Amino acid sequence: MEDSERNPLLQSISALPSAGRLRGRREVSFDFGFSLHAASFRYPFLFFFSHVSPTPVSNRPLVPRRRSDAPFFLLMGGISSCFVLLIVLLIAADLAFTSLADFRDVLAKPEIRASIRLTLLSCTVSAILSVIVAIPLGYLLSRFQFPGRFVVDTLIDIPIVLPPLVLGLSLLILFHLPIGNSGWELESWLRDEVGFPVTYRWPAVVLAQFVVACAFAVRTMGVTFDQIDARAEDVARTLGCTRLQAFTKVALPQAGRGIVASLTIAWARALGEFGPILVFAGATRMRTEVLSTSVFLELSVGDLNAAVAVSLLMVAIAIVVLLALRVLGTRRLGMAMMSGERSR
Amino acid sequence: MIRLHQIAIQIADFSMSDISIEIERGQYAVLMGKTGCGKTSILETICGLRKPTSGTVWVQDTDVTRFSPGDRQIGYVPQDLALFPTYSVGEHLEFALKLRKTPRERVNQRRDETAEMLGITHLLGRRVEGLSGGEAQRVALGRALAGEPSVLLLDEPLSALDEQTRDEMLALLQTLKDATHVTTLHVTHNRIEADVLADRRFRIVDGVIEAE
Repeated sequence: MEDSERNPLLQSISALPSAGRLRGRREVSFDFGFSLHAASFRYPFLFFFSHVSPTPVSNRPLVPRRRSDAPFFLLMGGISSCFVLLIVLLIAADLAFTSLADFRDVLAKPEIRASIRLTLLSCTVSAILSVIVAIPLGYLLSRFQFPGRFVVDTLIDIPIVLPPLVLGLSLLILFHLPIGNSGWELESWLRDEVGFPVTYRWPAVVLAQFVVACAFAVRTMGVTFDQIDARAEDVARTLGCTRLQAFTKVALPQAGRGIVASLTIAWARALGEFGPILVFAGATRMRTEVLSTSVFLELSVGDLNAAVAVSLLMVAIAIVVLLALRVLGTRRLGMAMMSGERSR
Repeated sequence: MIRLHQIAIQIADFSMSDISIEIERGQYAVLMGKTGCGKTSILETICGLRKPTSGTVWVQDTDVTRFSPGDRQIGYVPQDLALFPTYSVGEHLEFALKLRKTPRERVNQRRDETAEMLGITHLLGRRVEGLSGGEAQRVALGRALAGEPSVLLLDEPLSALDEQTRDEMLALLQTLKDATHVTTLHVTHNRIEADVLADRRFRIVDGVIEAE
Protein backbone atom coordinates (compact mmCIF):
# COMPACT_ATOMS: atom_id res chain seq x y z
CA MET A 1 0.00 0.00 0.00
CA GLU A 2 2.84 2.33 0.82
CA ASP A 3 4.21 1.98 -2.69
CA SER A 4 0.91 2.93 -4.19
CA GLU A 5 0.72 5.96 -1.96
CA ARG A 6 4.10 7.18 -3.13
CA ASN A 7 3.49 6.44 -6.79
CA PRO A 8 0.90 8.70 -8.41
CA LEU A 9 0.39 6.28 -11.30
CA LEU A 10 -0.47 3.46 -8.93
CA GLN A 11 -2.72 5.77 -6.97
CA SER A 12 -4.76 6.51 -10.03
CA ILE A 13 -5.07 2.79 -10.78
CA SER A 14 -6.17 1.89 -7.29
CA ALA A 15 -8.82 4.55 -7.68
CA LEU A 16 -10.31 2.61 -10.62
CA PRO A 17 -13.80 1.33 -9.84
CA SER A 18 -12.79 -2.32 -9.92
CA ALA A 19 -9.72 -1.70 -7.80
CA GLY A 20 -11.84 0.22 -5.38
CA ARG A 21 -14.09 -2.75 -4.93
CA LEU A 22 -11.04 -4.78 -4.02
CA ARG A 23 -9.91 -2.27 -1.49
CA GLY A 24 -11.22 -4.21 1.45
CA ARG A 25 -8.36 -6.63 0.79
CA ARG A 26 -5.20 -4.63 0.83
CA GLU A 27 -2.86 -7.03 -0.84
CA VAL A 28 -5.27 -7.70 -3.70
CA SER A 29 -5.66 -4.02 -4.40
CA PHE A 30 -1.90 -3.58 -4.33
CA ASP A 31 -1.25 -6.58 -6.58
CA PHE A 32 -3.81 -5.47 -9.05
CA GLY A 33 -2.43 -1.96 -9.25
CA PHE A 34 1.12 -3.12 -9.52
CA SER A 35 0.58 -5.77 -12.17
CA LEU A 36 -1.49 -3.44 -14.32
CA HIS A 37 1.23 -0.83 -13.96
CA ALA A 38 3.93 -3.29 -14.98
CA ALA A 39 1.79 -4.72 -17.74
CA SER A 40 1.12 -1.31 -19.21
CA PHE A 41 4.77 -1.10 -20.24
CA ARG A 42 4.59 -4.36 -22.12
CA TYR A 43 1.12 -3.79 -23.53
CA PRO A 44 0.81 -0.10 -24.34
CA PHE A 45 -2.98 -0.28 -24.79
CA LEU A 46 -3.29 -0.90 -21.03
CA PHE A 47 -1.76 2.51 -20.49
CA PHE A 48 -5.11 3.92 -21.36
CA PHE A 49 -6.52 2.48 -18.16
CA SER A 50 -3.75 3.86 -16.01
CA HIS A 51 -4.65 7.40 -17.05
CA VAL A 52 -8.36 7.23 -16.38
CA SER A 53 -9.33 10.13 -14.17
CA PRO A 54 -10.02 9.12 -10.53
CA THR A 55 -13.63 8.14 -9.86
CA PRO A 56 -15.19 8.40 -6.41
CA VAL A 57 -14.63 5.37 -4.21
CA SER A 58 -17.61 3.72 -2.52
CA ASN A 59 -18.28 5.29 0.86
CA ARG A 60 -20.42 2.43 2.07
CA PRO A 61 -19.55 1.75 5.70
CA LEU A 62 -18.06 -1.66 6.45
CA VAL A 63 -20.73 -3.37 8.54
CA PRO A 64 -21.16 -7.12 8.93
CA ARG A 65 -24.54 -8.04 7.45
CA ARG A 66 -25.22 -11.02 9.72
CA ARG A 67 -26.52 -13.22 6.97
CA SER A 68 -26.87 -16.78 8.13
CA ASP A 69 -25.83 -19.94 6.29
CA ALA A 70 -28.34 -21.93 8.32
CA PRO A 71 -31.04 -22.05 5.58
CA PHE A 72 -28.48 -23.57 3.22
CA PHE A 73 -27.60 -26.38 5.60
CA LEU A 74 -31.23 -26.89 6.65
CA LEU A 75 -32.44 -27.23 3.07
CA MET A 76 -29.61 -29.34 1.70
CA GLY A 77 -29.26 -31.41 4.87
CA GLY A 78 -33.02 -31.80 5.15
CA ILE A 79 -33.43 -33.24 1.67
CA SER A 80 -30.35 -35.42 2.01
CA SER A 81 -31.35 -36.82 5.39
CA CYS A 82 -34.76 -37.92 4.07
CA PHE A 83 -33.08 -40.58 1.96
CA VAL A 84 -30.59 -41.64 4.61
CA LEU A 85 -33.42 -41.85 7.13
CA LEU A 86 -35.47 -44.03 4.78
CA ILE A 87 -32.67 -46.59 4.58
CA VAL A 88 -32.14 -46.53 8.34
CA LEU A 89 -35.86 -47.03 8.90
CA LEU A 90 -35.97 -49.95 6.46
CA ILE A 91 -33.24 -51.77 8.33
CA ALA A 92 -34.64 -50.78 11.72
CA ALA A 93 -38.07 -52.14 10.80
CA ASP A 94 -36.53 -55.44 9.70
CA LEU A 95 -34.59 -55.62 12.95
CA ALA A 96 -37.68 -54.85 15.01
CA PHE A 97 -39.66 -57.53 13.17
CA THR A 98 -37.16 -60.31 13.67
CA SER A 99 -35.59 -61.86 16.73
CA LEU A 100 -32.36 -63.60 17.60
CA ALA A 101 -34.22 -66.89 17.64
CA ASP A 102 -35.15 -66.39 13.98
CA PHE A 103 -31.48 -65.91 13.13
CA ARG A 104 -30.53 -69.03 15.05
CA ASP A 105 -33.23 -70.96 13.21
CA VAL A 106 -32.23 -69.90 9.72
CA LEU A 107 -28.53 -70.38 10.41
CA ALA A 108 -29.28 -73.90 11.63
CA LYS A 109 -30.87 -74.83 8.29
CA PRO A 110 -28.44 -76.67 6.01
CA GLU A 111 -30.18 -75.13 2.98
CA ILE A 112 -29.42 -71.61 4.20
CA ARG A 113 -25.82 -72.51 5.00
CA ALA A 114 -25.39 -73.93 1.52
CA SER A 115 -27.03 -70.79 0.18
CA ILE A 116 -24.60 -68.52 2.08
CA ARG A 117 -21.65 -70.54 0.78
CA LEU A 118 -22.89 -70.43 -2.83
CA THR A 119 -23.67 -66.72 -2.57
CA LEU A 120 -20.19 -65.81 -1.33
CA LEU A 121 -18.51 -68.03 -3.90
CA SER A 122 -20.63 -67.08 -6.92
CA CYS A 123 -20.50 -63.33 -6.15
CA THR A 124 -16.74 -63.46 -5.75
CA VAL A 125 -16.21 -65.47 -8.94
CA SER A 126 -18.53 -63.26 -11.01
CA ALA A 127 -17.00 -60.07 -9.58
CA ILE A 128 -13.47 -61.24 -10.42
CA LEU A 129 -14.55 -62.35 -13.92
CA SER A 130 -16.28 -58.98 -14.39
CA VAL A 131 -13.14 -57.04 -13.51
CA ILE A 132 -11.01 -59.25 -15.78
CA VAL A 133 -13.30 -58.32 -18.68
CA ALA A 134 -13.89 -54.72 -17.55
CA ILE A 135 -10.21 -53.72 -17.49
CA PRO A 136 -9.48 -54.27 -21.22
CA LEU A 137 -12.95 -53.23 -22.37
CA GLY A 138 -12.97 -50.07 -20.23
CA TYR A 139 -9.47 -49.21 -21.45
CA LEU A 140 -10.29 -49.69 -25.13
CA LEU A 141 -13.45 -47.60 -24.86
CA SER A 142 -11.63 -44.90 -22.96
CA ARG A 143 -8.61 -44.62 -25.25
CA PHE A 144 -9.71 -45.41 -28.78
CA GLN A 145 -12.15 -44.08 -31.31
CA PHE A 146 -12.98 -46.98 -33.62
CA PRO A 147 -15.77 -47.77 -36.06
CA GLY A 148 -18.67 -49.25 -34.16
CA ARG A 149 -17.52 -47.80 -30.86
CA PHE A 150 -20.93 -46.23 -30.35
CA VAL A 151 -22.61 -49.59 -30.92
CA VAL A 152 -20.33 -51.36 -28.43
CA ASP A 153 -20.87 -48.57 -25.92
CA THR A 154 -24.63 -48.93 -26.22
CA LEU A 155 -24.58 -52.75 -26.10
CA ILE A 156 -22.79 -52.62 -22.74
CA ASP A 157 -25.70 -50.68 -21.30
CA ILE A 158 -28.23 -53.30 -22.34
CA PRO A 159 -27.74 -55.59 -19.31
CA ILE A 160 -28.13 -52.47 -17.13
CA VAL A 161 -31.41 -51.32 -18.66
CA LEU A 162 -32.93 -54.71 -19.52
CA PRO A 163 -35.54 -55.98 -17.03
CA PRO A 164 -33.72 -58.70 -15.03
CA LEU A 165 -36.33 -61.34 -15.85
CA VAL A 166 -35.89 -60.69 -19.57
CA LEU A 167 -32.16 -61.10 -19.19
CA GLY A 168 -32.66 -64.52 -17.56
CA LEU A 169 -35.06 -65.54 -20.29
CA SER A 170 -32.60 -64.43 -22.98
CA LEU A 171 -29.84 -66.50 -21.38
CA LEU A 172 -32.11 -69.52 -21.23
CA ILE A 173 -33.04 -69.13 -24.90
CA LEU A 174 -29.41 -68.63 -25.95
CA PHE A 175 -28.41 -71.92 -24.33
CA HIS A 176 -31.37 -73.91 -25.65
CA LEU A 177 -31.91 -72.51 -29.14
CA PRO A 178 -31.59 -75.28 -31.75
CA ILE A 179 -29.32 -74.11 -34.58
CA GLY A 180 -29.31 -75.45 -38.14
CA ASN A 181 -30.88 -78.64 -39.45
CA SER A 182 -29.10 -80.85 -36.95
CA GLY A 183 -30.66 -78.86 -34.12
CA TRP A 184 -27.28 -78.14 -32.50
CA GLU A 185 -27.80 -76.61 -29.07
CA LEU A 186 -25.23 -74.83 -26.89
CA GLU A 187 -26.43 -76.41 -23.64
CA SER A 188 -26.44 -79.98 -24.89
CA TRP A 189 -23.05 -79.47 -26.54
CA LEU A 190 -21.63 -78.16 -23.24
CA ARG A 191 -23.26 -81.03 -21.30
CA ASP A 192 -22.44 -83.91 -23.62
CA GLU A 193 -19.21 -82.90 -25.37
CA VAL A 194 -17.49 -80.64 -22.84
CA GLY A 195 -18.95 -82.21 -19.70
CA PHE A 196 -19.84 -78.82 -18.23
CA PRO A 197 -23.62 -78.40 -17.97
CA VAL A 198 -24.68 -74.84 -17.22
CA THR A 199 -28.45 -74.36 -17.10
CA TYR A 200 -30.08 -74.99 -13.71
CA ARG A 201 -26.65 -75.51 -12.13
CA TRP A 202 -24.19 -73.27 -10.29
CA PRO A 203 -22.42 -72.02 -13.47
CA ALA A 204 -25.78 -70.55 -14.51
CA VAL A 205 -25.86 -68.59 -11.23
CA VAL A 206 -22.42 -67.17 -11.93
CA LEU A 207 -23.24 -66.37 -15.56
CA ALA A 208 -26.50 -64.62 -14.65
CA GLN A 209 -24.69 -62.52 -12.04
CA PHE A 210 -21.74 -61.88 -14.34
CA VAL A 211 -23.78 -60.41 -17.22
CA VAL A 212 -25.14 -57.57 -15.12
CA ALA A 213 -22.16 -57.12 -12.77
CA CYS A 214 -19.77 -56.89 -15.71
CA ALA A 215 -21.71 -54.06 -17.36
CA PHE A 216 -21.37 -52.01 -14.18
CA ALA A 217 -17.71 -52.95 -13.80
CA VAL A 218 -16.98 -51.84 -17.38
CA ARG A 219 -18.57 -48.45 -16.73
CA THR A 220 -16.52 -48.02 -13.56
CA MET A 221 -13.26 -48.97 -15.28
CA GLY A 222 -14.09 -46.67 -18.20
CA VAL A 223 -14.42 -43.70 -15.86
CA THR A 224 -11.21 -44.75 -14.11
CA PHE A 225 -9.22 -44.75 -17.34
CA ASP A 226 -10.88 -41.52 -18.50
CA GLN A 227 -9.46 -39.88 -15.40
CA ILE A 228 -5.95 -41.21 -16.03
CA ASP A 229 -3.93 -38.96 -18.32
CA ALA A 230 -3.27 -40.77 -21.60
CA ARG A 231 -0.23 -38.54 -22.26
CA ALA A 232 1.87 -40.54 -19.82
CA GLU A 233 1.21 -43.67 -21.90
CA ASP A 234 2.15 -41.73 -25.06
CA VAL A 235 5.45 -40.70 -23.50
CA ALA A 236 6.06 -44.28 -22.36
CA ARG A 237 5.61 -45.37 -25.98
CA THR A 238 8.20 -42.86 -27.18
CA LEU A 239 10.56 -44.30 -24.56
CA GLY A 240 10.30 -47.74 -26.11
CA CYS A 241 7.07 -49.26 -24.76
CA THR A 242 4.68 -51.19 -26.95
CA ARG A 243 1.02 -50.36 -26.36
CA LEU A 244 0.76 -53.40 -24.11
CA GLN A 245 3.79 -52.32 -22.06
CA ALA A 246 2.49 -48.75 -21.78
CA PHE A 247 -0.77 -50.20 -20.50
CA THR A 248 0.75 -52.61 -17.99
CA LYS A 249 3.60 -50.39 -16.80
CA VAL A 250 1.97 -46.96 -16.76
CA ALA A 251 -1.84 -47.06 -16.97
CA LEU A 252 -2.67 -50.16 -14.92
CA PRO A 253 -0.61 -49.22 -11.82
CA GLN A 254 -2.60 -45.97 -11.66
CA ALA A 255 -5.91 -47.80 -11.89
CA GLY A 256 -5.61 -49.60 -8.53
CA ARG A 257 -8.39 -47.76 -6.78
CA GLY A 258 -10.63 -47.99 -9.85
CA ILE A 259 -10.13 -51.76 -9.92
CA VAL A 260 -11.15 -52.03 -6.26
CA ALA A 261 -14.19 -49.81 -6.93
CA SER A 262 -15.08 -51.90 -9.95
CA LEU A 263 -14.74 -55.13 -7.93
CA THR A 264 -16.94 -53.64 -5.20
CA ILE A 265 -19.72 -52.57 -7.51
CA ALA A 266 -19.65 -55.88 -9.40
CA TRP A 267 -19.81 -57.85 -6.15
CA ALA A 268 -22.69 -55.76 -4.85
CA ARG A 269 -24.62 -56.14 -8.09
CA ALA A 270 -24.04 -59.89 -8.09
CA LEU A 271 -25.35 -60.15 -4.53
CA GLY A 272 -28.57 -58.37 -5.47
CA GLU A 273 -29.19 -60.47 -8.59
CA PHE A 274 -32.42 -62.46 -8.45
CA GLY A 275 -34.59 -62.51 -11.57
CA PRO A 276 -32.10 -63.95 -14.08
CA ILE A 277 -30.95 -66.52 -11.52
CA LEU A 278 -34.51 -67.68 -10.92
CA VAL A 279 -35.17 -68.12 -14.64
CA PHE A 280 -31.78 -69.38 -15.83
CA ALA A 281 -30.50 -71.31 -12.81
CA GLY A 282 -33.75 -72.17 -11.08
CA ALA A 283 -34.28 -72.21 -7.33
CA THR A 284 -33.21 -75.71 -6.38
CA ARG A 285 -32.43 -75.96 -2.70
CA MET A 286 -28.83 -76.91 -1.92
CA ARG A 287 -27.89 -76.56 -5.60
CA THR A 288 -28.68 -73.20 -7.15
CA GLU A 289 -30.03 -71.40 -4.13
CA VAL A 290 -28.36 -68.08 -3.34
CA LEU A 291 -29.49 -65.74 -0.56
CA SER A 292 -31.78 -63.69 -2.79
CA THR A 293 -33.46 -66.96 -3.86
CA SER A 294 -33.64 -68.03 -0.21
CA VAL A 295 -35.66 -64.95 0.67
CA PHE A 296 -38.01 -65.73 -2.20
CA LEU A 297 -38.33 -69.41 -1.22
CA GLU A 298 -38.97 -68.63 2.45
CA LEU A 299 -41.56 -66.04 1.45
CA SER A 300 -43.26 -68.45 -0.95
CA VAL A 301 -43.73 -71.03 1.82
CA GLY A 302 -45.11 -68.29 4.06
CA ASP A 303 -42.22 -68.15 6.54
CA LEU A 304 -41.96 -64.38 6.83
CA ASN A 305 -39.72 -64.51 9.90
CA ALA A 306 -37.13 -66.60 8.09
CA ALA A 307 -37.36 -64.39 4.99
CA VAL A 308 -36.64 -61.26 7.04
CA ALA A 309 -33.83 -62.97 8.94
CA VAL A 310 -32.20 -64.02 5.65
CA SER A 311 -32.64 -60.48 4.31
CA LEU A 312 -30.85 -59.03 7.30
CA LEU A 313 -28.16 -61.66 6.88
CA MET A 314 -27.65 -60.35 3.34
CA VAL A 315 -27.42 -56.80 4.62
CA ALA A 316 -24.80 -57.88 7.17
CA ILE A 317 -22.76 -59.80 4.58
CA ALA A 318 -22.96 -56.88 2.16
CA ILE A 319 -21.76 -54.42 4.81
CA VAL A 320 -18.84 -56.64 5.83
CA VAL A 321 -17.71 -57.23 2.23
CA LEU A 322 -18.13 -53.61 1.13
CA LEU A 323 -16.28 -52.35 4.21
CA ALA A 324 -13.47 -54.83 3.58
CA LEU A 325 -13.16 -53.68 -0.02
CA ARG A 326 -13.25 -50.04 1.03
CA VAL A 327 -10.48 -50.66 3.54
CA LEU A 328 -8.51 -52.37 0.78
CA GLY A 329 -9.03 -49.32 -1.43
CA THR A 330 -8.10 -46.74 1.17
CA ARG A 331 -5.17 -48.77 2.44
CA ARG A 332 -3.67 -48.73 -1.02
CA LEU A 333 -4.18 -44.99 -1.10
CA GLY A 334 -2.87 -44.61 2.45
CA MET A 335 0.23 -46.62 1.64
CA ALA A 336 0.85 -44.53 -1.44
CA MET A 337 0.57 -41.35 0.58
CA MET A 338 2.77 -42.70 3.35
CA SER A 339 5.51 -43.77 1.00
CA GLY A 340 5.30 -40.34 -0.60
CA GLU A 341 5.84 -38.69 2.75
CA ARG A 342 8.57 -41.07 3.77
CA SER A 343 10.64 -40.32 0.75
CA ARG A 344 10.15 -36.64 1.28
CA MET B 1 19.45 -35.26 -37.70
CA ILE B 2 15.73 -34.63 -38.05
CA ARG B 3 14.14 -34.16 -41.43
CA LEU B 4 10.49 -33.63 -42.24
CA HIS B 5 9.71 -33.95 -45.91
CA GLN B 6 6.43 -32.49 -47.17
CA ILE B 7 4.49 -33.57 -44.11
CA ALA B 8 0.74 -32.96 -44.06
CA ILE B 9 -1.25 -33.15 -40.86
CA GLN B 10 -5.01 -33.25 -40.48
CA ILE B 11 -6.72 -33.05 -37.06
CA ALA B 12 -10.47 -32.54 -37.28
CA ASP B 13 -10.86 -29.03 -38.73
CA PHE B 14 -7.21 -28.12 -38.41
CA SER B 15 -4.77 -28.94 -41.17
CA MET B 16 -1.19 -28.14 -42.14
CA SER B 17 0.57 -29.21 -45.26
CA ASP B 18 3.91 -29.13 -47.00
CA ILE B 19 5.91 -28.99 -43.76
CA SER B 20 9.58 -29.46 -44.52
CA ILE B 21 12.31 -28.91 -41.95
CA GLU B 22 15.85 -30.15 -41.75
CA ILE B 23 17.89 -29.98 -38.56
CA GLU B 24 21.51 -31.06 -38.80
CA ARG B 25 23.08 -33.51 -36.38
CA GLY B 26 23.95 -31.77 -33.10
CA GLN B 27 22.00 -28.62 -33.94
CA TYR B 28 19.66 -26.95 -31.47
CA ALA B 29 16.66 -25.73 -33.42
CA VAL B 30 13.89 -23.57 -32.04
CA LEU B 31 10.45 -23.61 -33.62
CA MET B 32 8.35 -20.56 -32.84
CA GLY B 33 4.73 -19.78 -33.44
CA LYS B 34 1.55 -18.72 -31.75
CA THR B 35 -0.39 -20.98 -29.41
CA GLY B 36 -2.60 -23.38 -31.36
CA CYS B 37 -0.69 -23.08 -34.61
CA GLY B 38 0.25 -26.78 -34.72
CA LYS B 39 3.67 -26.82 -33.04
CA THR B 40 2.74 -29.70 -30.75
CA SER B 41 1.25 -31.66 -33.67
CA ILE B 42 4.56 -31.40 -35.50
CA LEU B 43 6.42 -32.79 -32.48
CA GLU B 44 3.88 -35.60 -32.13
CA THR B 45 4.33 -36.44 -35.79
CA ILE B 46 8.09 -36.69 -35.31
CA CYS B 47 7.59 -38.96 -32.27
CA GLY B 48 5.15 -41.17 -34.13
CA LEU B 49 2.24 -40.39 -31.82
CA ARG B 50 0.39 -38.79 -34.72
CA LYS B 51 0.24 -40.20 -38.22
CA PRO B 52 0.81 -37.65 -40.98
CA THR B 53 -1.60 -37.84 -43.91
CA SER B 54 1.37 -37.67 -46.25
CA GLY B 55 5.11 -37.02 -46.27
CA THR B 56 8.04 -38.67 -44.53
CA VAL B 57 9.88 -38.28 -41.22
CA TRP B 58 13.61 -38.95 -41.10
CA VAL B 59 15.74 -39.45 -38.00
CA GLN B 60 19.51 -40.04 -38.41
CA ASP B 61 19.21 -40.76 -42.15
CA THR B 62 16.50 -43.37 -41.63
CA ASP B 63 12.94 -43.00 -42.85
CA VAL B 64 11.02 -43.66 -39.62
CA THR B 65 7.57 -42.69 -40.93
CA ARG B 66 6.31 -46.24 -40.44
CA PHE B 67 8.28 -46.95 -37.25
CA SER B 68 6.44 -47.28 -33.96
CA PRO B 69 7.20 -44.42 -31.49
CA GLY B 70 9.43 -46.64 -29.37
CA ASP B 71 11.75 -47.49 -32.25
CA ARG B 72 12.56 -43.92 -33.25
CA GLN B 73 15.12 -43.18 -30.50
CA ILE B 74 13.45 -39.93 -29.64
CA GLY B 75 13.41 -38.26 -26.25
CA TYR B 76 10.13 -36.38 -25.94
CA VAL B 77 9.31 -33.89 -23.20
CA PRO B 78 5.65 -32.86 -23.61
CA GLN B 79 4.36 -29.56 -22.36
CA ASP B 80 2.34 -31.18 -19.57
CA LEU B 81 5.41 -33.37 -18.74
CA ALA B 82 3.15 -36.44 -18.21
CA LEU B 83 5.29 -37.92 -15.46
CA PHE B 84 4.31 -41.41 -14.27
CA PRO B 85 2.44 -40.92 -10.97
CA THR B 86 3.27 -44.36 -9.60
CA TYR B 87 7.03 -44.12 -10.27
CA SER B 88 9.77 -42.55 -8.19
CA VAL B 89 12.15 -40.00 -9.71
CA GLY B 90 14.85 -42.67 -9.96
CA GLU B 91 12.48 -45.07 -11.71
CA HIS B 92 11.71 -42.38 -14.28
CA LEU B 93 15.36 -42.16 -15.18
CA GLU B 94 15.67 -45.96 -15.35
CA PHE B 95 12.52 -46.45 -17.43
CA ALA B 96 13.85 -46.39 -21.00
CA LEU B 97 16.99 -48.40 -20.20
CA LYS B 98 15.12 -51.08 -18.28
CA LEU B 99 12.76 -51.52 -21.24
CA ARG B 100 15.79 -52.28 -23.37
CA LYS B 101 16.94 -54.84 -20.81
CA THR B 102 20.15 -52.92 -20.15
CA PRO B 103 22.34 -54.59 -17.46
CA ARG B 104 21.58 -53.38 -13.91
CA GLU B 105 24.97 -51.74 -13.33
CA ARG B 106 24.72 -49.74 -16.55
CA VAL B 107 21.17 -48.63 -15.67
CA ASN B 108 22.32 -47.43 -12.23
CA GLN B 109 25.34 -45.69 -13.68
CA ARG B 110 23.32 -43.91 -16.34
CA ARG B 111 20.62 -42.98 -13.82
CA ASP B 112 23.18 -41.42 -11.49
CA GLU B 113 24.97 -39.59 -14.32
CA THR B 114 21.72 -38.12 -15.61
CA ALA B 115 20.56 -37.11 -12.14
CA GLU B 116 23.94 -35.47 -11.50
CA MET B 117 23.79 -33.56 -14.78
CA LEU B 118 20.28 -32.28 -14.01
CA GLY B 119 20.94 -31.64 -10.32
CA ILE B 120 18.23 -34.00 -9.07
CA THR B 121 20.37 -36.59 -7.29
CA HIS B 122 18.77 -35.67 -3.95
CA LEU B 123 15.32 -36.40 -5.40
CA LEU B 124 16.02 -39.90 -6.74
CA GLY B 125 14.05 -41.75 -4.05
CA ARG B 126 11.10 -39.41 -4.10
CA ARG B 127 7.74 -39.88 -5.73
CA VAL B 128 6.80 -37.34 -8.38
CA GLU B 129 3.74 -35.88 -6.67
CA GLY B 130 4.69 -32.74 -4.81
CA LEU B 131 7.73 -31.93 -6.95
CA SER B 132 8.02 -28.25 -7.81
CA GLY B 133 7.56 -27.12 -11.42
CA GLY B 134 11.30 -26.89 -12.02
CA GLU B 135 11.99 -30.24 -10.39
CA ALA B 136 9.26 -31.97 -12.40
CA GLN B 137 10.68 -30.42 -15.57
CA ARG B 138 14.12 -31.79 -14.75
CA VAL B 139 12.68 -35.25 -14.12
CA ALA B 140 10.87 -35.19 -17.48
CA LEU B 141 14.09 -34.10 -19.19
CA GLY B 142 16.02 -36.79 -17.34
CA ARG B 143 13.52 -39.47 -18.33
CA ALA B 144 14.00 -38.47 -21.98
CA LEU B 145 17.80 -38.09 -21.82
CA ALA B 146 18.66 -41.18 -19.76
CA GLY B 147 17.69 -43.40 -22.70
CA GLU B 148 20.41 -41.71 -24.81
CA PRO B 149 18.08 -40.58 -27.59
CA SER B 150 19.42 -39.47 -30.98
CA VAL B 151 16.95 -36.61 -30.98
CA LEU B 152 15.38 -34.53 -28.21
CA LEU B 153 11.99 -32.84 -28.63
CA LEU B 154 10.98 -30.18 -26.12
CA ASP B 155 7.45 -28.82 -26.12
CA GLU B 156 7.33 -25.38 -24.45
CA PRO B 157 9.62 -26.60 -21.67
CA LEU B 158 9.74 -23.30 -19.80
CA SER B 159 6.22 -21.99 -20.25
CA ALA B 160 4.76 -23.12 -16.92
CA LEU B 161 7.65 -21.97 -14.74
CA ASP B 162 8.05 -18.88 -12.57
CA GLU B 163 10.61 -16.35 -13.64
CA GLN B 164 13.48 -17.49 -11.44
CA THR B 165 13.02 -21.17 -12.24
CA ARG B 166 12.74 -20.26 -15.89
CA ASP B 167 16.16 -18.60 -15.80
CA GLU B 168 17.63 -21.63 -14.03
CA MET B 169 16.10 -24.00 -16.58
CA LEU B 170 17.30 -21.84 -19.45
CA ALA B 171 20.83 -22.08 -18.08
CA LEU B 172 20.39 -25.82 -17.61
CA LEU B 173 19.24 -26.30 -21.21
CA GLN B 174 22.26 -24.31 -22.33
CA THR B 175 24.52 -26.59 -20.29
CA LEU B 176 22.81 -29.71 -21.64
CA LYS B 177 23.20 -28.44 -25.17
CA ASP B 178 26.93 -27.94 -24.70
CA ALA B 179 27.42 -31.20 -22.81
CA THR B 180 25.38 -33.64 -24.91
CA HIS B 181 25.25 -32.10 -28.39
CA VAL B 182 22.02 -34.01 -28.91
CA THR B 183 20.00 -32.84 -31.92
CA THR B 184 17.16 -30.85 -30.40
CA LEU B 185 13.90 -29.34 -31.57
CA HIS B 186 12.58 -26.90 -29.01
CA VAL B 187 9.11 -25.49 -29.48
CA THR B 188 8.21 -22.19 -27.86
CA HIS B 189 6.48 -18.88 -28.30
CA ASN B 190 9.09 -17.04 -26.27
CA ARG B 191 11.73 -15.09 -28.19
CA ILE B 192 14.20 -14.98 -25.30
CA GLU B 193 14.49 -18.78 -25.28
CA ALA B 194 15.21 -18.71 -28.99
CA ASP B 195 17.81 -15.94 -28.57
CA VAL B 196 19.68 -17.84 -25.86
CA LEU B 197 19.53 -21.37 -27.24
CA ALA B 198 18.93 -21.54 -30.96
CA ASP B 199 21.49 -22.53 -33.56
CA ARG B 200 18.68 -22.50 -36.04
CA ARG B 201 15.23 -20.93 -35.95
CA PHE B 202 11.97 -21.77 -37.61
CA ARG B 203 8.71 -19.94 -37.40
CA ILE B 204 5.19 -21.05 -38.24
CA VAL B 205 3.21 -18.31 -39.92
CA ASP B 206 -0.28 -19.10 -41.19
CA GLY B 207 0.40 -22.83 -41.35
CA VAL B 208 3.67 -22.41 -43.24
CA ILE B 209 7.10 -23.04 -41.75
CA GLU B 210 9.72 -20.42 -42.52
CA ALA B 211 13.39 -20.73 -41.66
CA GLU B 212 14.83 -17.54 -40.17
